[in-house]
Amino acid sequence: MNPAIASVGLGPYLFVSAALLVLGVFGIFLNRKNIIVLLMSMELILLSANLNLVAFSSAHGDLSGQVMVLFVLTIAAAEAAIGLAIVTVYFRNRGSIQVEDVTMMKG
Amino acid sequence: MMAQLVFYVFATVLLLSACMVISARNPVHAVLFLILGFFNAAGLFLVAGAEFLAMLLVIVYVGAVAVLFLFVVMMLDIDFSRLREGFQRYAPLGLCIGGVLLAELVMAFSNWRMVPSGVVAPLPVDPGLSNTAALGTVIYTHYVLLFQACGLVLLVAMIGAIVLTLRDTPTGRRQNIGRQHARTREETLELVNLPLGENVFEQGGFLRPKGSYYEVAVPGSYGAGEPEKTETEEKGA
Repeated sequence: MNPAIASVGLGPYLFVSAALLVLGVFGIFLNRKNIIVLLMSMELILLSANLNLVAFSSAHGDLSGQVMVLFVLTIAAAEAAIGLAIVTVYFRNRGSIQVEDVTMMKG
Repeated sequence: MMAQLVFYVFATVLLLSACMVISARNPVHAVLFLILGFFNAAGLFLVAGAEFLAMLLVIVYVGAVAVLFLFVVMMLDIDFSRLREGFQRYAPLGLCIGGVLLAELVMAFSNWRMVPSGVVAPLPVDPGLSNTAALGTVIYTHYVLLFQACGLVLLVAMIGAIVLTLRDTPTGRRQNIGRQHARTREETLELVNLPLGENVFEQGGFLRPKGSYYEVAVPGSYGAGEPEKTETEEKGA
């Protein structure tokens, strides 16, 4: 186990990560209409997953967790880029980013 | 002791800035708090001994993703006060679900024991290597295919974002380098003999050769509707 995380312990890391996840989920409920803040809340949720992976990887002395963090970061960056591109295109077409108006695809 | 102090400072600022991200009135402030949160998460990664990932978080998130968010927030002309309607209406439901989730997580973590080390065989890594070097040896050997797949995901995301947002506007005045290099004096200047005391206003007041008036780099961009002239006709005119 890494000496620094040995002095802090795994528990505080898990608690911070859980609180971050809950804050992200709460943000999704709180900002139902603002898709940009929704995307930011999703970034918070992914960050909490990363924090968990890093903490476990460091506690076990196994680097696989940190490699997984690398992959999660990649996916998060791709998701943010595509999401914001969709928001931009939608704003260009409709002049607003109201999430409730996005019902054109509804059958 | 020092590590604990640093951990609690970083964790506190991280959670506070996460609260501000989801509750800020101005989305620009939300993005700036997101940047602060990512910096503090990088600090937590450093405490856990993952230096490379901490730097990567700062570079990728603060340098790219958060700036992308900031660009989009500032580029779109959005009435954000309208977007905050229903903020109070959804808050109790969100608090309920968040509280239940937090309680579940705390119950799960408090009754949970880690497998004693040695049961799961960790990846064989030379303990003398630094975190970055060790991560490099693992990525390029055990996880090389996943690493390539990551590159593919990023390529697809890049192409997708470009395809989504690229607008082929016919009104853009683009530079045609080949045409620019191929132009001659006759296309640019028209030499006229003027008697003393006269000016070119009687002849139409032209600034460019008349043959090049309707000729633009992108066909159909401006002066549209005029008859298309070929090069030879213009030379003759």
